[in-house]
Amino acid sequence: MSRLMAEGLGVMLGDHLVLAGVGASFTTGQVTAILGPNGAGKSTLLACLAGLREPEVGEVRLDDQPILALDPRARAQRLGFIPQTPEIAWAIEVETLVGLGRTPFIGARGLGDDDRAAVAKAMAACEVQALAHRDVTTLSGGERGRVLIARALAGDPQWLLADEPLAGLDPGHALDACALFATMAHDQGRGVIVTLHDLSLAARMADRILVLTDGAVLADGPPAEALSPAVLARAYGVDARLTEGAGGVLIEIVGRAG
Amino acid sequence: MTLAPKRPAVLAGLVAAGLVLALVSMAAGRVWVPFAVWFKPADPLWPILFDLRLPRTLLAIGVGASLGMSGAAMQGYTRNPLADPGSLGVSSMAALGAVLTLYLGMGAQAPWVIAVAGMAGALAAVLLLMGLSGRSPGVVTFILAGVILNTMAGAGVALALSLAPNPWAVNEIVNWIMGSLADRSAGEVELAAPFMIIGCVTLMFTTRALDALTLGETGARSLGINLTAIRWILAIGVALATGASVAVTGVIGFVGLIVPHLLRPWVGARPGGLLLPSALGGAVLVLAADIAVRLTPAANEVKLGVAMAALGGPFFLALLLRMRRRLA
Repeated sequence: MSRLMAEGLGVMLGDHLVLAGVGASFTTGQVTAILGPNGAGKSTLLACLAGLREPEVGEVRLDDQPILALDPRARAQRLGFIPQTPEIAWAIEVETLVGLGRTPFIGARGLGDDDRAAVAKAMAACEVQALAHRDVTTLSGGERGRVLIARALAGDPQWLLADEPLAGLDPGHALDACALFATMAHDQGRGVIVTLHDLSLAARMADRILVLTDGAVLADGPPAEALSPAVLARAYGVDARLTEGAGGVLIEIVGRAG
Repeated sequence: MTLAPKRPAVLAGLVAAGLVLALVSMAAGRVWVPFAVWFKPADPLWPILFDLRLPRTLLAIGVGASLGMSGAAMQGYTRNPLADPGSLGVSSMAALGAVLTLYLGMGAQAPWVIAVAGMAGALAAVLLLMGLSGRSPGVVTFILAGVILNTMAGAGVALALSLAPNPWAVNEIVNWIMGSLADRSAGEVELAAPFMIIGCVTLMFTTRALDALTLGETGARSLGINLTAIRWILAIGVALATGASVAVTGVIGFVGLIVPHLLRPWVGARPGGLLLPSALGGAVLVLAADIAVRLTPAANEVKLGVAMAALGGPFFLALLLRMRRRLA
């Protein structure tokens, strides 16, 4: 089991405090959803956890080692990251794009047989084999989303950190992606941390929910606990009602909190 | 449909075309040298073959490969299909470096001074580009940074011209800015070739990083790419390859712009995979253009740099028109 720990993270952007002392500990085998209103610091927290941003205060440790002290390549082998609104600069094939997930493993010779096998496996898991030879710039938003998850999966990471991976997926494919994250965490023993905006989907898929507001942790726990009406009122300023639906907890936004 | 259907075949084709053009380049010109002369050292045409045509052919290959690969690397790094040593001002800054040595008269004393000054100018240009374009550069930012560098270098060269000590120096500077492979000697090949080779080999080390940069800077960093190291490797590779080229032949633009663009449909758009084909394609293009320039009937030989600009300008325009929708 592996542990990813954030200790007292403080991040400034200009003179704006984005993270104000965030502490949280994550373990593999769990899906954690980070929620919060726009500008709460979700993406910044994820970037810090991924070792891509140096916090002004505090540090992130992966198994008791400061993540920024790890060799970037070794870190990339263990930790897959999907940025928000990822850029795809060139009209390459889907298969080539997924192959980029093998970057931390390959030398000067390019992809080997192991790499190709990992790419094929990741593409099968995300059901994008049929797109293998399509030009990535011609994909729909949903297809792109799945291809980018496959790219991260191709690196066979112990940790998957994804910034809004469900944005642009239709309900069916969003559920598929959730099921994939659950399989990765529960059956394959990976740690999955995602930021989301869909509360009901988060309540359904996540083992644990972290609600971030104004750069601080407002609630942290299992969905039923962390997504209480009181928390939602404070985080989003909405009046919400939690009901037991057929597929799990259903969160109904009644209106603006009065 | 596959986007990169026949890479090995394309590479083989480029090598074959390069070899054929190199043979033609040895033979073609005001004086046609038949192949029989190759084996007759006593023949009066022998010096033309080995003292004039051979250096010229070798330089065409080296300059073409250097500019082609530099263009492919710069496009990959900037994620901008309009980038190349010419459009981003690297060539003109290398020219400025070299012109200053001509103006100050240092270049006349030792040819290596021109080469070193050219490479220093190119290195300064690449570092300035990266500095000017900031942390998250867009397509337009790099082009604007290139415009600034081109303007600054142009002003510097104009200043050197207007203050030139004698008409002879003016003539030398002008001739040299236009870019040509005419009348080059073995000495210039020996001077430039090592830097061109080291530059191109250095650029090959950016293959994996350029591929990863398809996903943007954050994407590349998340894949374990050390961008600071890559910036330096790229800057040094481009400076050596482009700087050495400009130092011996003057400014020959558009090679690095045209070649990767033409090759993308054939070998795929993966930026790292374009480096080697672009070097081969650049050599083929410059060899062909130089042969065409030699065979054009005119009182004075048309300068290669001028011919490439005449070819490249409309190409740049067509590329920009096609990109307009993306830029808007």
